[in-house]
Amino acid sequence: MKSNRPVNLSLGMVLEVNMKSPVAMASILHRISGIIVFLLIPVLLYILQGSLASEESFAAIKDSVFGGFIGRFVVFVALAGLIYHFFAGIKHLVMDFGVAEELQSGRTMATVTIAVAAVFIALAFFWVVL
Amino acid sequence: MKSATSFSRSGTSDWLAQRVSAVILAVYFVVIVGWLLLAGEVSYEAWHSFMTCTAMKVFTLLALLSLAAHSWVGLWTVTTDYMTTRQMGASANFLRLIVQIGMALVIFVYVVWGIMILWGN
Repeated sequence: MKSNRPVNLSLGMVLEVNMKSPVAMASILHRISGIIVFLLIPVLLYILQGSLASEESFAAIKDSVFGGFIGRFVVFVALAGLIYHFFAGIKHLVMDFGVAEELQSGRTMATVTIAVAAVFIALAFFWVVL
Repeated sequence: MKSATSFSRSGTSDWLAQRVSAVILAVYFVVIVGWLLLAGEVSYEAWHSFMTCTAMKVFTLLALLSLAAHSWVGLWTVTTDYMTTRQMGASANFLRLIVQIGMALVIFVYVVWGIMILWGN
């Protein structure tokens, strides 16, 4: 049987369709934020190690990582990834109980998740970078 | 056919491990960020005594092990979704296995490094 279902969509087409869907956006951001956090775990472990090893290394971390824009920004990116992943994870756990599985409720839930995460990410920016 | 690379060789067990580890990591995240927010300007003494008390050392170890399980299941899902023969051609299965072995090694390093930070010396 020949299926007319398209198999290989261009990335542009995929983005065009999915950018309109908060459900799709919430989902792909959950994946991307997870990958970002995973890749930045060494930064967090490095900070944890330095901050605990001795009073001198604590001061050195404060100076090198939190003393300049780049260090603060990298920490902010990790924190932003954690914040988004946290709220998207809560959405996932709530949906495991059968909540917001219909089209409209699912869209609302995805929009709320993205909005709430955006607010906390903005707060994190003020907390860490500024 | 069962996957040779999934975390527990069972979708249901992976599903459960992903959720239990998610809750542990979420609580750990809230505890750490909450402490930092309440502490204000953090001193070495306060931070050190908080993170090295037995309860937090055990909690951090639990979070590290949860991170290992959680990131494996998550990245396994992502790699098996996108690194497929349909998306990448015939070499996809080999490449995916290499990437997944690399993931496993990185996760192993994270766990050992984390243990060394808190339980070393």
